[in-house]
Amino acid sequence: MTRKVKTLFIANRGEIAVRINRAAKELGLKTVQAHSLADAESLAVKLADVSVNIGPPAASKSYLNVDAVVAAAVASGADAVHPGYGFLAENARFAEAVEAAGLVFVGPTPHQIRMMGDKVSALEAAIAAGVPTVPGSRGRVETPEEAAKVVERTGFPVMIKASAGGGGRGIRVANSRDEFDRLMPQASAEALAAFGDGGLYIEKFVSSARHVEVQVLGDGHDVVHFFERECSLQRRRQKVWEEAPAAMLPEDVRMRLCQSAVDLAKAVNYRGAGTIEYLYDETTREFYFLEMNTRIQVEHPVTEMITGYDLVREMIRISMGERLRIQQSDIVMRGHALECRINAEDPAKGFMPAPGTIDSLTIPGGTGVRFDTLLYQGYTVPPFYDSLLGKLIVWDENREAAMNRMQRALHELKIGGLKTTKPLHLALAVDPDVRAARFDTQFLEAWLEHRAAMLEDQWT
Amino acid sequence: MATKDILSPLPGTFYRKPSPDAAPYKKEGDAVKKGDVIGLIEVMKSFHEVHADADGTIASFIAENEEPVMAGQPLITLNI
Repeated sequence: MTRKVKTLFIANRGEIAVRINRAAKELGLKTVQAHSLADAESLAVKLADVSVNIGPPAASKSYLNVDAVVAAAVASGADAVHPGYGFLAENARFAEAVEAAGLVFVGPTPHQIRMMGDKVSALEAAIAAGVPTVPGSRGRVETPEEAAKVVERTGFPVMIKASAGGGGRGIRVANSRDEFDRLMPQASAEALAAFGDGGLYIEKFVSSARHVEVQVLGDGHDVVHFFERECSLQRRRQKVWEEAPAAMLPEDVRMRLCQSAVDLAKAVNYRGAGTIEYLYDETTREFYFLEMNTRIQVEHPVTEMITGYDLVREMIRISMGERLRIQQSDIVMRGHALECRINAEDPAKGFMPAPGTIDSLTIPGGTGVRFDTLLYQGYTVPPFYDSLLGKLIVWDENREAAMNRMQRALHELKIGGLKTTKPLHLALAVDPDVRAARFDTQFLEAWLEHRAAMLEDQWT
Repeated sequence: MATKDILSPLPGTFYRKPSPDAAPYKKEGDAVKKGDVIGLIEVMKSFHEVHADADGTIASFIAENEEPVMAGQPLITLNI
């Protein structure tokens, strides 16, 4: 069923609200921008046709307030709601409330959000679709015989985890069968002492994992993929630097990886833009399902740069009931794209948040350069939300050229009035390991331990 | 008696409690020592402790729990 949408309500803030506004305008839609009291002067508000105050600065009382957002959307006369990322984007109750109010939700069905948002049901869906998951016991192992059977299947190294543990506590790594037989009784005794529960489970240990993820788009019937991204450079589990494609991925693995993402999305009749995240083990060339994000992601522009499609525009079209206009065979990737997240944080001072007023701004330009930002000169970055100021994205014919272009664009980018993570990205762009794509998900934190102190002296 | 204000070191949201269900760090009339934690400021999703910069007794709270504050804004008046 096709739904005529004339007005889109943007239930988010920051650079993604600006991004959604642009896509909506190009589709000929009118835009209504929701904003908190602290965001009345935001770029998203200035660009929208209409803006609506939805509450006080605290996100819990504005952008996260389901009732306030839905009421504002209805009152505005909008026909559809785009949730962006974060806030209510993966809140099934919100999607339900939007639909119950007679509006279109730009995203998956509430059922799909709920299924993929729950670790256990998401894993079950992945297994049912034949997507590889981290091999292991998938539950408690009760006897040594049972444990022996599991490790025969997984091979070594394996992680022995306490069922009742969490946050890295109660984890042991065994590299051989001998070590495993020695560690199991110890681990069980320790778990019993520490958590009052000696229950253990076993999982294959991926020692040097890279984070890869596949972009998909579904219309509830068909699904296509837009190849993969790599986001291994992370700090505190937050992505810092993203790329497309994943430079180290062999072509045959790429094809299997992307197909597995399509299989999973098809198995659940997925609707909208989604990303399936995986761990990739470079030594064994195996990939394992981590989770599926049922929304547009921060790093979607690198995919747009290598494929030439506007993913946000396509997800809005799909929400209006249109079928996919793109066949898998239409989607060809070309060249390499990089994205640096420019945050209002001081990398020389432990990434201390640095809100403030932008007293000068130079935005980089030239071929293959894109800066998705919430900034304008004179804007005061409020302290109430996350620290993302913008995403500097570059494309070039190959990865090396893209690295050079990123370096050039970073030098051109000048944000006056507050501290940003630009010095970190400048240092990464010339680092020999980063340039050779030699990194895993642990790389950046270790790198920062040696380098953080130098960042300011060297680059400001 | 002399008074002194404890100022917010950062812009953000002021919290009087370590977590929503916990008791406040301090209440009116409490004695504080220099260095005591008197609240938290949430700035860009990270939390920072606010410390008393003098010994004294809390005369009044100027900022309420969960109130948005600017850097340098008075949070608490101390009798010193």
